[in-house]
Amino acid sequence: MATDNTAVSMQMNEIKSSPLNTYIEYCKKGQLAYQFSLDDNKPVFYPRVVAPKSGSRNLEWRVSKGLGTVYATTTTTDLARDKPVYNVCLIDIDEGFRMMSRIEDIPSDAVKIGMRVTMRMHPGGEKTPPYPVFVPVEHAK
Amino acid sequence: MSQTTLKRGSVAIVGAAESDLGQVAPDMSPVDLMAQATMRALDDCGLKLSDIDGVFAACTQLSMTTSDVCEYLGIQPKYQDSTRIGGSAFMSLLAHAQLALQSGLCSVALITYGSTQRSMTRALASPRENFHYETIYRLRSPVGAYAMAASRHMHQYGTTRDQIAEVAVSARKWALLNPRAWEKDPLTIEDVKKARPVSSPFTVRDCCLVNDGGGAIIVTTAERAKSLKSKPVYVLGVGECMSHRNISNMPDLTVSGAAISGPQAYAMAGVKSSDVKVLGLYDAFTINPILFLEDLGFCPKGEGGRFVEGGRIAPGGQLAVNTSGGGLSYCHPGMYGLMILIEVTRQVRGDAGARQVKGADIGIAHGNGGVLSTQCTAILGSEATV
Repeated sequence: MATDNTAVSMQMNEIKSSPLNTYIEYCKKGQLAYQFSLDDNKPVFYPRVVAPKSGSRNLEWRVSKGLGTVYATTTTTDLARDKPVYNVCLIDIDEGFRMMSRIEDIPSDAVKIGMRVTMRMHPGGEKTPPYPVFVPVEHAK
Repeated sequence: MSQTTLKRGSVAIVGAAESDLGQVAPDMSPVDLMAQATMRALDDCGLKLSDIDGVFAACTQLSMTTSDVCEYLGIQPKYQDSTRIGGSAFMSLLAHAQLALQSGLCSVALITYGSTQRSMTRALASPRENFHYETIYRLRSPVGAYAMAASRHMHQYGTTRDQIAEVAVSARKWALLNPRAWEKDPLTIEDVKKARPVSSPFTVRDCCLVNDGGGAIIVTTAERAKSLKSKPVYVLGVGECMSHRNISNMPDLTVSGAAISGPQAYAMAGVKSSDVKVLGLYDAFTINPILFLEDLGFCPKGEGGRFVEGGRIAPGGQLAVNTSGGGLSYCHPGMYGLMILIEVTRQVRGDAGARQVKGADIGIAHGNGGVLSTQCTAILGSEATV
């Protein structure tokens, strides 16, 4: 009888969903997820199969409140020079991790380091899954 | 790399040469350029191809770089290493060559690099790697990462746009003294600021060139170096630090791993920053020399912008930095670290022509790779300093 090697292999393996796919599943529910290392009492981001330094596999998925502070920012000229500029920034999230994102709703050159921002899930596109972007807290009220 | 194993002055760079640079003949391959530079570097010291028994090479276009080099040149190496950590790889390879030479694993080491990224485009020569958590935001990498480091430095320390632009202006002044430099025209702070925007605060003039080019250095034991026709340039100290891979994981965007690699190299060399007469600081972008001057101890943290003002690192200034014209104005063939080692070697030999720094007996060649990710420092010295 023919064996489905893929199915057997999947049963034998420990990890059923990659860290990236789990992250994206949360994004699809409108949530910014991160991991928390229970052994180290520290957040882990980007998501991994083990915590850096300790190697702990005791990682719990948590959902961020989505609030943060702009740490660094740049206004990017599109490679196709006739397209609009866009923002890319690093944000220190209140739960204690840093991530790349962009600030929307205001001109990129109005994005200032230290600005308080809140997450909004971008719907993504045909080939792009949903992903978190941010808007100024003042603007969101 | 353990600096307690490596011995100050145990090996020396005895041959150093560039290949063709800038825009090379159509359909030249990276290994064509490596071979050309290798023969020039051998001519420089009087060794033959058959003397090379250690091969150290890295190239974004050749995933098995040392295999390509050895096949092309007909070398069956006793020892080889293709470390790939971006533009700083060549300072790291110098440390690895030192370890191999000291251990007797080889006796004459070739370190070589070549790129045809201008001819074949950067997108093909250095394909982007996917990292979802950054790629999805369309960061223009590497420039956007360095631009964010600049934004943070400006915010935290009051570094000004003009100070950052002055790094490019100083590099251009040095390039005008170097006949092999790509850029031939003067540049002002206003020119830098008014150039085409790329990723704020940077314009295209804050970014390194995209050139073809390559080079080679020959390294051997201090003992063997003494019998050769060239003036040996000794490896006094080396250090390296890998702080992150992606910019969103850099612990502090205003402090590079040079703050770790520098002190390692100083400790091994037994020298201080004030002993260093000439500096090659990997200037992929204008913020780099500012960060590295701070992290290598030439000024306090946060003072780099003010430090470079008033032509201090330009020809005639108090500190000679990037005397070839740097990656900004001389030649940047993708992984520029080897070109820095070649220039600092020439300066320490006293062979740098119109741009020679007087009394340049100790020099620093500092390499940077990725997005400030890997930092490798080499301190080179003349015979008198050993």
